[in-house]
Amino acid sequence: MSVLLIAEHNNKEVRPFTYNAITAASQINDDLHVLVLGHQADDVAKSLSEVPNVKKVIHVDNEIYENYIAENYTAAIIKHAENYSHIVSSANTFGKNLMPRIAALLDTSQVSDIIKVISEDTFLRPIYAGNAFATVKSNDKKKCVTIRPTSFDPADKSGGSAEITKSDPAEASSSTKFLKKEEVKSDRPELGTARIVISGGRGMQNGENFKLISDIADKLNAAIGASRAAVDAGYITNDHQVGQTGKVVVPDLYIAVGISGAIQHLAGMKESKVIVAINKDGEAPIFSVADYGLEADLFEALPQFLSELNKLNTIQK
Amino acid sequence: MKILVAVKRVIDYNVQIRVKEDGSGVVTDNVKMSTNPPDDNAIEEAVKIKEAGKAKEIVAITIGEEKAQETVRKALAVGADRGIHVKVDNVIEPLAVSKILKKIVEKENPDLVFMGKQAIDDDCNQTGQMLAALLNWPQATFASKIEIKDNALEVTREIDEGLETIEVNVPAIVTCDLRLNEPRYASLPNIMKAKKKPIEQINASDLGVDINPRIEQIKVEEPPKRKAGIKVASVEELVQKLKNEAKVI
Repeated sequence: MSVLLIAEHNNKEVRPFTYNAITAASQINDDLHVLVLGHQADDVAKSLSEVPNVKKVIHVDNEIYENYIAENYTAAIIKHAENYSHIVSSANTFGKNLMPRIAALLDTSQVSDIIKVISEDTFLRPIYAGNAFATVKSNDKKKCVTIRPTSFDPADKSGGSAEITKSDPAEASSSTKFLKKEEVKSDRPELGTARIVISGGRGMQNGENFKLISDIADKLNAAIGASRAAVDAGYITNDHQVGQTGKVVVPDLYIAVGISGAIQHLAGMKESKVIVAINKDGEAPIFSVADYGLEADLFEALPQFLSELNKLNTIQK
Repeated sequence: MKILVAVKRVIDYNVQIRVKEDGSGVVTDNVKMSTNPPDDNAIEEAVKIKEAGKAKEIVAITIGEEKAQETVRKALAVGADRGIHVKVDNVIEPLAVSKILKKIVEKENPDLVFMGKQAIDDDCNQTGQMLAALLNWPQATFASKIEIKDNALEVTREIDEGLETIEVNVPAIVTCDLRLNEPRYASLPNIMKAKKKPIEQINASDLGVDINPRIEQIKVEEPPKRKAGIKVASVEELVQKLKNEAKVI
C-alpha cells in the first residue's frame, strides 16, 4: 500500500497547501510518493525531495504541464495509478478540478474534502456547509481523496532526501487550451495560510472603503478576506472570498467587519481560533460565533481600531 | 446547438440543518427544498445562449425521487424546452450520477452539458468533472464567464489565485460558479406554460449502469459548537482583550 500525492506548484515553488496535504497523506500510509507534473520544475521536485515525510518524488517534465490542464494532468496520473492504493490532493480549486476526473477513470467514488484521517479507508468530512460532519468509509479498492488543507498542519520542509525519478509524459489533450491567468499579486500573506485574516462584507458599501480594512491588514500583517456579497457587488476580487464556495480559512484571528454571517460565510471561517465581529446590527448571526463582538458602526470603529493598534508597543507578526 | 443542463434538488440554502439523533443523516422531512443554487446559474446561462440565437434546444435533467421533478419544472419555467427525470429511490454518489448522465448524453447528443460546480448538500464538487472523464470530453469548471466561439468555448474560471481563461472544444462540460450570471425568476405565465412542457420519466434501473454505493456513511454528527463569546463595549476594550486575554496580536 502506497499513497501518491499530486503536488501543486507554479513550476518554481511548491504551493503551500501541498505541505498540508503531505501531512494528511502520510497519516493514511507512510509510504508516500509525490508526483510533480510541471515544466522546468526541477526546483519543485528538489524541494519536495527534502520533505522528511516523502519517500519518493516522481518528476515528469514537459511543457504540457506548465498550467493545470486537468485533461493533461489526468492522463499522466492514470499512468502511475496502478502502483498506488490512494491518490491524494488538496481540496482547493487545483484538486477539486482535477481529482474527480482521475477518480471516474479509475471507477472510484471519490471522498472529497476530508478534515480527519480515521483509518486508511475511513475519513471525516464536513457536509451541508460544515453544519454536519460525516464519517465515511470507502469500499473502493483504489481510493481518491481530497483533503481540506487548513485541517492539517503543514509538514516539515527539510531534513529528508528522497530519491527523484524522472518519468515520461502522457499524451496531451488537443481539446483544451490554456489562454491566460490573471493572478492577483500581493505582498500580504496568502489568505489560506495567514495567521490573521480581516474580512469585509456588504457593510463596507463600496470598494474604496476596503482601504479601512487594508490599513489594518498592513498593521497586523493580515490577509484580506471578503463575504460573497462583497465580491458579487464588485468591491473586491473573487480570490478573497471566504465561505462554502470560496476559501476555507482557519487563522489564529479572524476579524469580520460588516458581515452579517450567512451560513455559507460561516462555513469558511468558523473554525478560526479567535473570531471578532464588528457589526452595527446587534442581532447579526455573526455574533453567535464571535469570541469578541463589537456592536458599532464600522466607519467609526475601524479608524479607532487602527489608532488603538498604533498605540501598542509591540504587535505579533 | 443543443444544451443539456443537470439540476439537483437539495435542502434550501437558507434552512438551518438539523442532524438526526440516531446519526443516520440530516432531517429532510418537512424541510424546504429547492434547486441547488449554482444549477440555477447553469440554466440561466443556457437560456441566455438560446436567447442570443446560439442554441436551438435546452433539455433539463434531474436524477432523484419523484419530487425531484419540481426542479425540472422550474427549469422549464425559466426557459428550458423539455425535461428528463431519471428516477432513483435512494441518494446516489456523484460517480453513479455521472454514469447515468453519460447514458443520457449518448441518447440526446447535446453539444454542451452545464451544471452547478458543487451541490450544497454533500459539497462533493465531482459530477461535472467525472462526466467529462467518462465521455472523454474537455471540462471547464467553476465558470464565471462563457463566450461562444466557432465550435469552441472561451471560459473564465474562478481559481484560488484569481482568474484563469481556457478554451475548450465543443462538445464540452461546463460547471458553473455563482457569479456566472443573475438567475431570473419565472413569471406566472411562464410557470403556467411550463406545466404543458413534456418531462420524460426514465427508471435508473433501466439504464443498465451500476449505481450501488461505494462509500458507507457510518455516522453523521453535529460539529463541535463554539463557546459563546462576549460583547465588548468599545474598540479600546477589544484591542486590550486581543492583546492580553486572547494573546493573538
